Amino acid sequence: MQSTVKRDIHSVGESLAINPLESEAVYIFREVIAQFERPVLLFSGGKDSITLVRLAQKAFFPSKIPFPLLHIDTGHNFPETIAFRDQLVEDLGLTLIVRNVQDSIDAGKVIEETGKYASRNRLQTITLLDALDEFKFDAAIGGARRDEEKARAKERIFSVRDDFGQWDEKNQRPELFDFLNGNIDHGQNVRVFPISNWTELDVWSYIHQENIKIPSIYFAHKRPTFFRDGMLWSAQDDVVYRAKDEEVVERTVRFRTVGDMSCTAAILSDADTLEKVVGEIRSSTISERGARIDDKRSEAAMEKRKQQGYF
Amino acid sequence: MEVLKIATAGSVDDGKSTLIGRLLYDTKSLTTDKLEAIEEKSKANGFDYIDFSLATDGLVAEREQGITIDVAHIYFSTAKKSYIIADTPGHVEYTRNMVTGASTSQAAIILVDARKGVVEQTYRHFFINDLLRVKEIVVAVNKMDLVDYSEEIFSTIIGEFKKIAAKQSFKAQKITFIPISALNGANVVKKSEEMPWFKGLSILDHLEALTPSDKEMKGARFSVQTIIRPKQDEYHDFRGYAGKTMGGDLKVGDQVMVLPSGNCSKIKEIQFYKTSYKIVTAGTSCTITLEDDINVSRGDVLVLADHAPELTKQLTASVCWMDTLPLKVGANYKVQQGTSQILAKVRHIHSRLHTDFSGEEACQELTLNEVGKIDVQLSKPFLKDSFASHKSTGSFILIDPQSNATAGIGFIE
Repeated sequence: MQSTVKRDIHSVGESLAINPLESEAVYIFREVIAQFERPVLLFSGGKDSITLVRLAQKAFFPSKIPFPLLHIDTGHNFPETIAFRDQLVEDLGLTLIVRNVQDSIDAGKVIEETGKYASRNRLQTITLLDALDEFKFDAAIGGARRDEEKARAKERIFSVRDDFGQWDEKNQRPELFDFLNGNIDHGQNVRVFPISNWTELDVWSYIHQENIKIPSIYFAHKRPTFFRDGMLWSAQDDVVYRAKDEEVVERTVRFRTVGDMSCTAAILSDADTLEKVVGEIRSSTISERGARIDDKRSEAAMEKRKQQGYF
Repeated sequence: MEVLKIATAGSVDDGKSTLIGRLLYDTKSLTTDKLEAIEEKSKANGFDYIDFSLATDGLVAEREQGITIDVAHIYFSTAKKSYIIADTPGHVEYTRNMVTGASTSQAAIILVDARKGVVEQTYRHFFINDLLRVKEIVVAVNKMDLVDYSEEIFSTIIGEFKKIAAKQSFKAQKITFIPISALNGANVVKKSEEMPWFKGLSILDHLEALTPSDKEMKGARFSVQTIIRPKQDEYHDFRGYAGKTMGGDLKVGDQVMVLPSGNCSKIKEIQFYKTSYKIVTAGTSCTITLEDDINVSRGDVLVLADHAPELTKQLTASVCWMDTLPLKVGANYKVQQGTSQILAKVRHIHSRLHTDFSGEEACQELTLNEVGKIDVQLSKPFLKDSFASHKSTGSFILIDPQSNATAGIGFIE
């Protein structure tokens, strides 16, 4: 009955109906390509940036994703995440740029934190700003969501940053209807957040619906862990500070958010499939950022980092 | 799942944040860690109740001053729907941020303090929602607990509000009045026992029943965002137009006209990712290919050939000004309609509205947060779509070519 099927199209559907969040994200990706000369996608190997990669594939199909990925590597990543990243890049034929926080430390540009709560999360900002400058990227696409954190809830989809990467939270461009104004001066850049309006549950539901591959640490697995400040930390690697009296026990855990190992806590969970993960998130009474120690440093931790150029 | 976008509006201390906090709390959408943080901070601030504004006021300056400066987006869901609430500022000086929040919303909740009744800000909030043609308005008369849940006071406020509403230009707008106490949760999620005289729905039940759509727009508009040309052997001749359908549906075989050139062709294929479709519904991103190899570039609009709009280089529009530098006669701006950006000159300012929106007056310029009517001369032809018939192409933004700021929003008459 169908004779219009071409070799580049894999299947035929009756009606392409609205999926508002997906449509919006795809629209944003296409505006980025049209309005900027040198965009880049900030990729951490976490579920949000993996979702961005799928949305970018959809936005430009049958073309390949028309921009590189940039990973700001803290050096404290979960090895599973790095392996996943490299495989994804190979599978999709993407260009990956990696810049290391360690290099910024070695160059004396940033000073490593010390003590019980030492983390490289905040240090990423300098490495990121240097990388944007090095490649003259004018748009950096990130997987931040407004439901994550209250300073993020305030940020626009096209967020203009000055020469220093700074966010002026009190003077943001109005964003009206679908209009995205990417006009900037030389030296400025824009941070773009295509999944601003998605919630954590939306992301998981989408990963489930699309059957998107994600790193294994998002699923329940056994891992040596210890408790501190009511949170559960991985004791598998030596980047997390551990006091002598903090007892290591093997537990079945998974990670709900994947960032720098030194500031990302695990949760007790036996969710080992996407169905179970979606079910767990649906019934969870704790927010995703509840597992990020760096957000708990002060009431305005995220806002302060963003003012300095954090994504 | 269905997503409903709502904007809240109200004067300072009318209880917007409390209402949102209550909605989140009663639908069990506030996670334990966030609730604990709010409780702890409320106690530290010396409050004897939970200060829900702490959940929504995300900036340091907001918490210091106790006011909302910019829009916060808040998310919650029920078994039936996902909700995105744009919590917008009530202060006059942040009107532009209120417009930002309201522009993407399908419904608005306007708060009125039962003790104060309709005030100047209520006019402003209603007028902006009228200007933006937000279809569903909920007037939440808050703090009913402080007026003994008086039916008479509620009725008086309805009467006052209806006098403003009589001036509305958007006749299809639906206004629903609900008496509430956000603090006690009366008629927010649960029906109030203190107001048995109120026969309507609670705010959440009312929102659950809403199904606003943009389907009433006349004819589809497809603004081309970018051209997809893979330049790979497998897709050697592929030339797809990426964009989003607005207003109406498009289907394979439709005769379309490309504006502004006026060239015509037929839709050959509608695709999204690895699937090809017969029909694409309004509001959906896709890629379209045409039968003929005609010139189509970013900014062009595909329309149904037998429903093509007129083109014009002059238009009259209502404008809400959002820049600290005033709009002046003779000034040049970049004007963006859909994805097309062209140069334009302001020819004339007809009038501006009084700050209380009671009437119009002649003026030489429009300053920050003012609303007025202007004539614009365009350097290239524009679709002559009214905002009333086409939300997507009937509106435009004005960009200051020097500062790059989004200086204003216009609505074509």
